[in-house]
Amino acid sequence: MLFWIIAEIIKILVVFTGLLLAAAYLTLLERKVAARIQNRLGPREAGWHGILQPIADGIKLFFKEDIMPSGANKALFILGPMIAVIPALTTFSVIPFGAPITIFGHAVPLQITDVNIGILLILAFTSLGVYGVVLGGWASNGKYSLLGGIRTAAQMVSYEISLVLSIVGIIMIAGALSLAHIVGEQSHIWFIVYQPVGFVIYLIASTAEMNRVPFDLGEAEGELVAGFHTEYSSMEFAFYFIGEYAQIVVNSAIITTLFLGGWQGPFLPPVIWFLIKVSLVILIYLWFRWTYPRLRYDELMSFGWKFLLPLSLANIVVTGFVMLFIR
Amino acid sequence: MNSFLPVLIMLIFSILFAVLTIGLSNIIGKKSYEPGKLKPFECGVEPTGEPHIRFDIKFYLVAIFFLLFDIEALFLFPWAVIYRWLGLFGFIEMFTFIVVLVVGLLYIWKKGGLIWE
Repeated sequence: MLFWIIAEIIKILVVFTGLLLAAAYLTLLERKVAARIQNRLGPREAGWHGILQPIADGIKLFFKEDIMPSGANKALFILGPMIAVIPALTTFSVIPFGAPITIFGHAVPLQITDVNIGILLILAFTSLGVYGVVLGGWASNGKYSLLGGIRTAAQMVSYEISLVLSIVGIIMIAGALSLAHIVGEQSHIWFIVYQPVGFVIYLIASTAEMNRVPFDLGEAEGELVAGFHTEYSSMEFAFYFIGEYAQIVVNSAIITTLFLGGWQGPFLPPVIWFLIKVSLVILIYLWFRWTYPRLRYDELMSFGWKFLLPLSLANIVVTGFVMLFIR
Repeated sequence: MNSFLPVLIMLIFSILFAVLTIGLSNIIGKKSYEPGKLKPFECGVEPTGEPHIRFDIKFYLVAIFFLLFDIEALFLFPWAVIYRWLGLFGFIEMFTFIVVLVVGLLYIWKKGGLIWE
């Protein structure tokens, strides 16, 4: 009992700090990747090859003045960035990041907790992210913020349906909602082999969920200044970015768990395999951002509703058909 | 032990982190009052008109469609979990359900609910 509590607290602390550090250093990685894609060097001044850049940025933003525009709804204005961060950090509590290990004769699963409705919990928490954007955009009392917030909300809810439906195929094959169970089912073959279409839909829909290029219509710099976070400054501004980058880590971890066999892999320790797979998926997201131009808004909506949604429904029917008749 | 308890602890940790960081930054950060700074950003020009402008009815339609389809998507989850054991019966049942869903989508499509100009 006591052992269980201590183990849980240690795991939570490790995951929490790890996730925050990963989110901070992802800003540096993104700048480095962007620089390399555009044939530049990227940040180099703070520390060796800019290794201290995220810390410098964090300290700078922490000590900046916190400006709240006149006429802003104060409570909602502060609540917005908080809601952008909190669900992203909490989601990681159900993702298994390693094989169970034995300490002092107790088996400790390397997962904060194995909830029997793991996937539903993840979907519930990630869909809360839309509130951060909407509240921030609404409470700022500016035209650009409002337009950015509304656009982003419409985009996020449109792609959320495809996102949810793309996972149904996985659940049909695995026969459970628990993530530990789903990883266990993939010991022989990864689910990406059975669900290639589901994988592609999830990848596209999650990019749209996180408002990243090519789906960053809510913060289109050319027309909306910065979209929903135009009026934000100081730590509240930083929180939108912590939220976005934590969301990237979490989504990569979800893809790894659902489609790429989780922590399973030969030779190397499971935790290392998990980190390798997550890093590779993160690199795909970064690669998207610096390769594709932004979509037009009507293209974005019709792609989501007229292509991705029917495709994900067809994926479910085909999966059911194959499972029943062909095997 | 209840397996949801750690999720709650994690949630409390996240909330504490968010509140403490923003609160501390608000206290420590420098303050200087100047009325021009507090205006909503409008490219340096005096803000004109209401900040809460009217927006297109299309966004409202999208919200309604989302509600409909998300609830229908949720119905698929319990079915998907036990699909292995349902056999042909389960397949036909859910195929009918998905066909109804698709007919709904086609209706919205033909009525022009998905057109953005």
